Amino acid sequence: MKERSFLTTILATMLLLSLGGLTGAVAASLPAVGGVLPDLSPGFNLPKPKDGVVIIQIFSMYCPYCQKDAPQVNRLYEMIEADPSLKGRVRLVGIGAGNSPYEVNVFRTKFNVRFPLYADPDFNIHKKLGEPRTPYFIALKIEPDGSHRIFYSQLGEIGSADDFLAEMIRRWGKRR
Amino acid sequence: MKQRHPIRRSIAFCALTTLLAGVPFSAWAISDAYKENIYHAGPLKPRDSKLKVKVGQRAPDFTLPALGGERISLSQYRGKKNVMLTFIPAAWTPVCSDQWPGYNIVNDLFAAHDTIILGLSVDNLPTLFSWTNQMGRLWFPVLSDFWPHGQVAKRFGVLRGDGTAERAIFIIDKQGVIRYIDVHNINERPPLEGIVRELEKLK
Repeated sequence: MKERSFLTTILATMLLLSLGGLTGAVAASLPAVGGVLPDLSPGFNLPKPKDGVVIIQIFSMYCPYCQKDAPQVNRLYEMIEADPSLKGRVRLVGIGAGNSPYEVNVFRTKFNVRFPLYADPDFNIHKKLGEPRTPYFIALKIEPDGSHRIFYSQLGEIGSADDFLAEMIRRWGKRR
Repeated sequence: MKQRHPIRRSIAFCALTTLLAGVPFSAWAISDAYKENIYHAGPLKPRDSKLKVKVGQRAPDFTLPALGGERISLSQYRGKKNVMLTFIPAAWTPVCSDQWPGYNIVNDLFAAHDTIILGLSVDNLPTLFSWTNQMGRLWFPVLSDFWPHGQVAKRFGVLRGDGTAERAIFIIDKQGVIRYIDVHNINERPPLEGIVRELEKLK
């Protein structure tokens, strides 16, 4: 009798904890096109350029591809800033997954990054985004009412800044 | 006499391991440089060795084969350079793969503190060759502590029970004296600022 009671307790505990794991600690999935970004605060508040676009780069100072891609991402920023129809409406930001503020600053200085970079030292933001490999790019369309919709979610380097920006504008669907 | 319950103990053990295996744990941002080739062993015991050296002691000398084909001794830097030894647990694993590439872009920072990095792994040279090729060209030597297996890691007291090494940093000054030891939680990367803070103390 005692043995049965012990077994029941163990099995019930396992079941409860497993359910807790399923409901409370399931890993987030990667941001899907058509969906919305989860709340990434504290640590990152989504900029909301009116009727504009936000491009988020998930990077790491420790990621060789992010290092290699940095000049093209910088060029992307310069192209946005140089175009009066995009400047202020298209915002580019980076989030350093697992990087301390110091490490983010090393990346910023090393590659002369001029757009805002945020630190995510404890991977809190990275986990909410479904733990993408790096670099990873997400682009969101900000509606006039302040809501947003993801229209691009892609692993890997941007490669060519020109092609990437053209693709962003095409998907955004706004006339220049 | 107290009665033992082997069945109970077995059930309790199975329950515990099942639960632990189910605990979601991931704090790694793997670079796409490695594609799908990283082996995820899951969370590991943070530390599984006992240090055999301490700060203030002269570091034990060693000679190991390097990826460049040469053999490198710790003593060859005596009187010339401070040395940071960075032991990583194993090639093609999550945190390790995103550690040395970071050091690779701060050559100037180490140079400013007259410090060379020596990367040490218990993997063999061919494995280290293919793994580090994904990181770009590393400016510091990578040494193989493969055979006799983990001999140097063992001498420093950072060889784990499963034959991998700890994620450990040793900073050794130009006199060959150990000035800093960080046997880090194997599941986490030592923040760069902690290392830099210690390098600044060498002056």
